[in-house]
Amino acid sequence: MSVFRRFCTALLSALLILVALPLAAQTADAPIQRLLQDHAEIIAKSSRRTIGPAIDALGASDLAQAQTVLEKWQAKEMWFNKDTGLFVYAEEIDRKTIRAFDFDDGSEIGEFDDKGFKQLKPNSGIRGLIGAALVQFQLKNPDPTVRAAALDSIERDADATHLLALRAVRDGETDAALAMRIDRLERLLTIRFADTDAERIAAITSFEGDLGVDVRAALNPLVATVVDAAAALPEDADVLRTVTPGTDLLPAAQAYEILVAGGLAPPRISRADQKAALIDNIQGTTVAGIEVASLDAQDARDLAYAALVRQGAVEEAATDADVARALEAHVFFERLVGGAPPVALAAQAVLDGIEAKVAVNQSIDLGLDALSLASIYFLAAIGLAITFGVMGVINMAHGEFIMMGAYTGYVVQLFVPDYTLSILLAIPLAFAVTFGAGVAMERLVIRRLYHRPLETLLATFGISIALQQLAKNIFGTQARPLTAPGWLDGSLVFNDIVSISYIRIAIFVLALLFLALFLIVMNRTRLGLEVRAVTQNPRMAASMGINPDRINMLTFGFGSGIAGIAGVAIGLYAKVTSEMGADYIVQSFMTVVVGGVGNIWGTLLGVTMVGTLQKGIEWLNPSNTLAAQTYMILFIILFIQFRPRGIIALKGRAVEA
Amino acid sequence: MSSLLEVSGVSVSFDGFKAINNLTFQIGEAEMRAVIGPNGAGKTTFMDIVTGKTRPDEGRVLWGEKSQSLLSMSESQIARAGVGRKFQRPTVFEDQTVAENLMLAIKKNRSPFAVLNFRATRADQEKVAELADEIGLLAALERKSGELSHGQKQWLEIGMLLAQDPRLLLVDEPAAGMTPAEREHTTDILVEAAKTRAVVVVEHDMEFVRRLNCKVTVLHEGSVLAEGSIDHVTSDQSVIEVYLGR
Amino acid sequence: MTDTTSLFPKYAKSRPFVARHPSVLIFLVCLALFTLGVTILSEGFGIGVISTSFIKTLGKTLCLCLVALAMDLVWGYTGILSLGHMAFFGIGGYAIGMWLMYARTEIIVVQSLAAAPLPPTPQEISDGIATQIFGVVGASEFPPIWAFAHSLPLQLAAVVLVPGLLALVFGWLAFRSRVTGVYLSILTQAMTLALSLYLFQNDSGLRGNNGLSGLQNLPGLDAVPQDTVSMWFLWASAAALGLGYVFAAWTVSGKFGSVLRAIRDNEARVRFLGYSVEAYKLFIFTVTAIIAAIAGALYYPQAGIINPAEIAPIASIYLAVWVAIGGRGRLYGAVIGAAFVSLLSTWFTGGQAPDINLGVYTVQWVDWWTILLGLSFVAVTLFAPKGIGGILDLLEQRRSPDRHGADLGPDAGALREKEADT
Repeated sequence: MSVFRRFCTALLSALLILVALPLAAQTADAPIQRLLQDHAEIIAKSSRRTIGPAIDALGASDLAQAQTVLEKWQAKEMWFNKDTGLFVYAEEIDRKTIRAFDFDDGSEIGEFDDKGFKQLKPNSGIRGLIGAALVQFQLKNPDPTVRAAALDSIERDADATHLLALRAVRDGETDAALAMRIDRLERLLTIRFADTDAERIAAITSFEGDLGVDVRAALNPLVATVVDAAAALPEDADVLRTVTPGTDLLPAAQAYEILVAGGLAPPRISRADQKAALIDNIQGTTVAGIEVASLDAQDARDLAYAALVRQGAVEEAATDADVARALEAHVFFERLVGGAPPVALAAQAVLDGIEAKVAVNQSIDLGLDALSLASIYFLAAIGLAITFGVMGVINMAHGEFIMMGAYTGYVVQLFVPDYTLSILLAIPLAFAVTFGAGVAMERLVIRRLYHRPLETLLATFGISIALQQLAKNIFGTQARPLTAPGWLDGSLVFNDIVSISYIRIAIFVLALLFLALFLIVMNRTRLGLEVRAVTQNPRMAASMGINPDRINMLTFGFGSGIAGIAGVAIGLYAKVTSEMGADYIVQSFMTVVVGGVGNIWGTLLGVTMVGTLQKGIEWLNPSNTLAAQTYMILFIILFIQFRPRGIIALKGRAVEA
Repeated sequence: MSSLLEVSGVSVSFDGFKAINNLTFQIGEAEMRAVIGPNGAGKTTFMDIVTGKTRPDEGRVLWGEKSQSLLSMSESQIARAGVGRKFQRPTVFEDQTVAENLMLAIKKNRSPFAVLNFRATRADQEKVAELADEIGLLAALERKSGELSHGQKQWLEIGMLLAQDPRLLLVDEPAAGMTPAEREHTTDILVEAAKTRAVVVVEHDMEFVRRLNCKVTVLHEGSVLAEGSIDHVTSDQSVIEVYLGR
Repeated sequence: MTDTTSLFPKYAKSRPFVARHPSVLIFLVCLALFTLGVTILSEGFGIGVISTSFIKTLGKTLCLCLVALAMDLVWGYTGILSLGHMAFFGIGGYAIGMWLMYARTEIIVVQSLAAAPLPPTPQEISDGIATQIFGVVGASEFPPIWAFAHSLPLQLAAVVLVPGLLALVFGWLAFRSRVTGVYLSILTQAMTLALSLYLFQNDSGLRGNNGLSGLQNLPGLDAVPQDTVSMWFLWASAAALGLGYVFAAWTVSGKFGSVLRAIRDNEARVRFLGYSVEAYKLFIFTVTAIIAAIAGALYYPQAGIINPAEIAPIASIYLAVWVAIGGRGRLYGAVIGAAFVSLLSTWFTGGQAPDINLGVYTVQWVDWWTILLGLSFVAVTLFAPKGIGGILDLLEQRRSPDRHGADLGPDAGALREKEADT
């Protein structure tokens, strides 16, 4: 109480001084000083619990100086004169001297020994309250960035006073963007803090169809319910609906707990408690006259416990029959606890509308996700569509070509620090590296194994494991980064739900480019013509002056080179490891097979189907991407049963071969 | 004479190309028939349809006394029902001996479990030896069929066909790559077979067809152009135009 | 015509099976001698020259030989390059592992609960076991697939039935729709991938990527030292391999084998002979899946641990590698290949192989063995399609048949071109 006593003496002496020699420099009856003096006691006391009225009064006053007071107070620069009891703000000149200023006009009062003044040191709780009160002044600040910052702070942590502050500035805001924010925030705060339900309902309905997360955050607490129980359904307005115990919504055990919590039924005893009670009551080798050794079944334990109850040794516990009876005898219902029933119902209606819209938007977002996944699969598969689809060569090392492309990108980035330039360099380099690897593989291995597809599969698999291990030996087992240029960071945002990252868009565009490249090369160039001739009838093609060996080599190199470029793109999106190719290879083969071998449009359909399917399954079971892959593969296996030749099947004699 | 095989109104197309166009064909229990026609007339596709390799887009293929539809049966079921086929190029199992090839073909229960417990009886072995004798491969029984000459493979394939004991034989160019003496022997075998079963021979060689001395069906662009004795069809103006005249 | 019996030694009934197939007898004798030798040299029953861990390696190798035998039946003889047989092998291991783990944990839990004042209820025991086994994946309840884990006979039945049914259903679907050649290989690989991805999930009910462990301890036989147990398993593996070899030899020797090889070389032609190719393929696919599962059920108690990585598609491809290196289409080839490559692999990856110092770079075999294996596999495929078995042919001065026009290599694609022209 020493503070209080000191304060009383101070007040007393101040009065004395006031009477004796009125301080010429400080206007004691300035409106701001009067306001402070009205609350002098609680200001000086500086307690979080009692300070409210003082801050409210300052906030509510239209005095221009109120803002200065709050700012100085918050910054611990407000002092009060122990003699006069007047409040000033001051700066410390040295440890003992302060320079004081008048709140009223900011004029310097003079330098004083700090013994005659007491510094007010509001704690963090009070400073928070002061800050909230200051917001309204900041909202009127001529600098728009200050106003925006004030709105940010309200969004973070709003209270009822902000509502008034927002309403006060709503019509005066000149910046259109800020005006919209203020309007939105005002309505959000109305939902939370308005006095009348009518106001709140009006604000709620104004948000119909709004996808903002903040709206749902404001509305969701309003529609919160708890499950309650009673002997008969009460007529209260906040009773939403009845629920049946024993359903998914309300399991029987949970329903009974509600009864127990409400004092409507005796508690059950858990098995552990029952066991403990039995152990407590062991006498010699028996419990309530029953041999301990026989208590190795739940029924026996229940009987022993019942015997203990009869002896009065333990409290009675509800049996299963009791529980069933109690559940039967009571009605369970959901009670609205978030707000007044009309408000809650209005909120529910708006939320329902929003949910429906959210669902539509989520499907769009899912569609975009699926599209980008499909693009990645397409990138991984398009090289295969050439080597496997067109040439009929099964190359299990295709995934490793993707990996080689990605590592090429990584190595280029080691030497070229500029990300944009390095990626532009990496793409042709990756093509060159994997083209070379593909040509070498075709000449050394595949050429000797034409018409022996199973052996091609195995030989290329041998190459695949060798390349994978080689990459491990060179680059180590940890993932290596392949960094995208800065302009590919970020996302294209449509609304709070629908967005797509630029890198995915880039991959999609790349996939389209590859498709175009494929179509142009196969249908518009001499090479494409010769490739088709060689694949359809090598002997005839050879007799027409085409060198089938050369064409096969180039085609295989082309397919492998495309895999290299795909590797750069996939490396940007995923991690670069020695196993990255293996992660895609089975899916890639599946997409080519599902689409229909030998048809690029089939591959396109295949990847779209596989991508959509995988995203769809992930959406149904979001926590588990492994499950999505599992089910997708199972689906593909089944699909192939019914369309063994894929979505777009070639017909005719050619297929019989 | 009741017909063994009845093909009516059958059509099939590959990517828009009509390989068989409204084809109708009949053959009786013990009848020899030669099918001729220029390349692309649909001879092989016709055999593919009867043996179940190709499903027609429309039409009916009925078999036997009960007029069973062959269209709903698989290749192996059709073969077990009694349709035997000899391919244009001899396709024997080159990695296996002549005896094994013949034993595979011999008419027996073909279910996996029966085959697993199969042990050749004396009668089976005699039958194989008899067939081998007839096709002149008795001395080569234990040789791998891959080591045989082209003509010997043709013979082996004919032997396998006979071992199947089919009710209908579809024979695609049986005499290709044979010496004149062998051709004669082939003719004899086919004529002999036609006494107890139906035989359809697809052949280019007119002399060979003439020697078979049977009814001839001329196919053109997937349908029957003419039917009758060899003299009848060779004098038919339309046949001469599309086939012989060119 | 006079002496037909001598014309067809293969189909003659009069002589006993082994007499007609001397190679089977030679193999059985070799296997028996090997087992006897190992027993004499073992720590458990002999003079202790071979360590127990190496006994386990040998026992596991015998199991790998058995699964290679199954692979040879399905691939070497029937031409189905299945990339799923190691999945069946793994399922067999999981099936027996479930019982081993359950029964052993049950003993431990019952022991720990025996000290409690009240005798435990069955529910408490079950909860205790479940917490012990599934605590690692954050669950404490038995998934439904563990319903039979308490019973050895039922789990032994599962070793045969689960892979058998899976192979039956998968095979029926695949063969019915005439998926052949590389397409079938990719499809089986996809099946394997799906299975391993499924098992990698924590909620698969099989402890996710932790797999099942402690399988080397036989429940109730804690007193028996591992020296002895390892020999028991070696004997069991040798017996299984012997039986498997006789069964495989019996299957491929008669007309059935003839049909299988015919399917491998020209499936369509076999159909026109009236054989239901699908039924044969399904039969051999399912039977070999069961053999693989039995091999797995013997392998994993010796390995001590099984996890989903063992089922990954790469394992099945390695299986194909062993068979190819050993020599497809001959039973002893598969056995030799599996034994040779897997033992060599153990030697190299176990760090026992001496590193090669090239001055600038030291070749460490732990890192380079896989590359060597991959490349030697390419070399075998290219230059020695008959594998090690082909070398034995040279020793026996046996000439390979002159297959006019056809490629070497018994696979479906070998005759692709020819079939296209018919």
